[in-house]
Amino acid sequence: MKETRKATAPFRFYTRLQLTELTGRRASNLQQLADGLREISGASIYHHTHRFLQQHQFLSPEPPNDFAYWTAGELGEEALAERLYSLDIMRFDSIRALREAIIATIEGYVKANPMASLKFAAEGREFHFLKSISFIMPTRHEAADLREFADILSRITVDSIYYHVFESRLRLEKGRNDFSKWFEDCLGERELSALVERLDPYTQTLEDLRRNLLRGIERSL
Amino acid sequence: MPLLEDYAPIVGQDVIDDLRLLSERLRGRTVRNVNSTAVGGGVAEILNRLVPLLRQVGVEASWDVIKGGDAFFAVTKKIHNALHGGGEGLTPQDKEIFMETSRANMEAVDTGADIMFIHDPQPMALVARKRENKWIWRCHVDVSRPEPGTWDFLMSFIGGYDASVFSAPQFSRELPLRQFQIAPSIDPLSDKNRDLEPGFIDSVMEKHSIPRDKPVVTQISRFDRLKDPLGVIEAWRLVKKYIDCRLVLAGGGAADDPEGMQVYAEVMERAKGDPDLHILLMKQDDLEVNALQRASDIVIQKSLKEGFGLTVSEALWKGKPVVASAVGGIPLQVAHKHSGLLCHSVEGAAFALKQLLNSPDYARKLGENGREHVRRNFLLTRHLKEYMLLFLALDRGEDLVNI
Repeated sequence: MKETRKATAPFRFYTRLQLTELTGRRASNLQQLADGLREISGASIYHHTHRFLQQHQFLSPEPPNDFAYWTAGELGEEALAERLYSLDIMRFDSIRALREAIIATIEGYVKANPMASLKFAAEGREFHFLKSISFIMPTRHEAADLREFADILSRITVDSIYYHVFESRLRLEKGRNDFSKWFEDCLGERELSALVERLDPYTQTLEDLRRNLLRGIERSL
Repeated sequence: MPLLEDYAPIVGQDVIDDLRLLSERLRGRTVRNVNSTAVGGGVAEILNRLVPLLRQVGVEASWDVIKGGDAFFAVTKKIHNALHGGGEGLTPQDKEIFMETSRANMEAVDTGADIMFIHDPQPMALVARKRENKWIWRCHVDVSRPEPGTWDFLMSFIGGYDASVFSAPQFSRELPLRQFQIAPSIDPLSDKNRDLEPGFIDSVMEKHSIPRDKPVVTQISRFDRLKDPLGVIEAWRLVKKYIDCRLVLAGGGAADDPEGMQVYAEVMERAKGDPDLHILLMKQDDLEVNALQRASDIVIQKSLKEGFGLTVSEALWKGKPVVASAVGGIPLQVAHKHSGLLCHSVEGAAFALKQLLNSPDYARKLGENGREHVRRNFLLTRHLKEYMLLFLALDRGEDLVNI
């Protein structure tokens, strides 16, 4: 077995567990949805663009956000839904920017299709704004080199992968995922780092993402 | 009583490890649950399972039951109906009865735990004993459209709480305190959900004289208009014009529930003479319900109104394709066309049944997805995790919490 290079600093795996908080705010039509989007907290935007991915992450490919799911399912606005779920979230490095893009998408659509603003969800099927409270904690797992990293990655919870890939990059506004950063900064694995950066985690299940990450690492070992 | 480790083969050792890691942050904290009944009903069922698990991971959880006479429980039944938007408001005498019993319980129940976890409206007034500790109100019912007078009465207690918990977003309303969403759960190791020997399943079908010569569609629910058993028969008859299949309607009915017996009689009348329609009035028997669900090709839950509707998760857990109304907590359990089919009418239910009966591969895929969805989101271990997170959230107001 080839000897693997020790990292300049170990990688500590964290995990994050989530609790959903209700805001009491709801929307019945697109205008109310856009108004709500303007006023709710970033934790709420984050929740609705990532919840589907977590709860239904064994299904793929799927609209990865609740706004798309609701506009298609309850208002029958399939074309708007398509624009919403095809928003390239990887392009945004802050929740604020993502919020603006979602609002602009909805308002642009309503402007071009004024009849859409007349549609209301049925009673009991309104959009409820919720938010994610994330509890972040260190696990007992720490990797000193790439082989240990792969070994841990193969059995760590999807919550941990989720934290390092999605939450850390976008919600903590680190700009890139933790794995790529460690590969480059602590192992000097530029190629692997770039490869992981290019994986679009929004169009695959977390288990597929785990497999793809492991495949990339295996090639570097 | 199962041990936490017994769930590892089902949810994964990594999930159990996370639960233990989380519990370290709560070690030594005392949590007292209070509700109004030790047996019967979903709340008691879940506390019976969750309290021992919390203790296993080092949280000093306990459970008290308030006492009350017939008059008190008549009032709380009235409150329950009024919260659902039906029934009449409370009279001044009703309020006095409620307060008198509540005062007696304030003396009887130890309210000194670090966290007081109050379930449903019956013990709500205990919050008058709040000191420096934290109080949570866990509301298991839908309060989105309550009778206003009754709601105002309950609001006089809600203000004392630190947080509230609802099962689904649409069950809540704007409140002057933090609200969390925690769905109920099923226990994969209980008699209602554990794996069964094929021989036992066969014996239950034989006992109820249900041949397995054609596909079986089943609805498990008590004989209640809100479960729409007549609508299920109507939908099944629309299906049967094209696809030969059986329908099983199975559920309990109490002799002291005159409306239930009337609904049962109507169902029997409607079923008369049809050998493919099996109406089973059963005593509470979790193993038999489990067997009936497992023997079914499709499970239907065509309720007109529903609380959370955990029978859907029970069926999905058994890998069954499900057709269910988009009411109450059901859309949280069934993502339409992904983990089951949702419907809004008799015709819609019939169409969905035909789709699944004609496309067994599609039906099987929905069932597989449904089981996975339940495994990740509606099992007892997820419930345990969220209760522990809730306890931690009481001390912290931020959206990102390092623990």
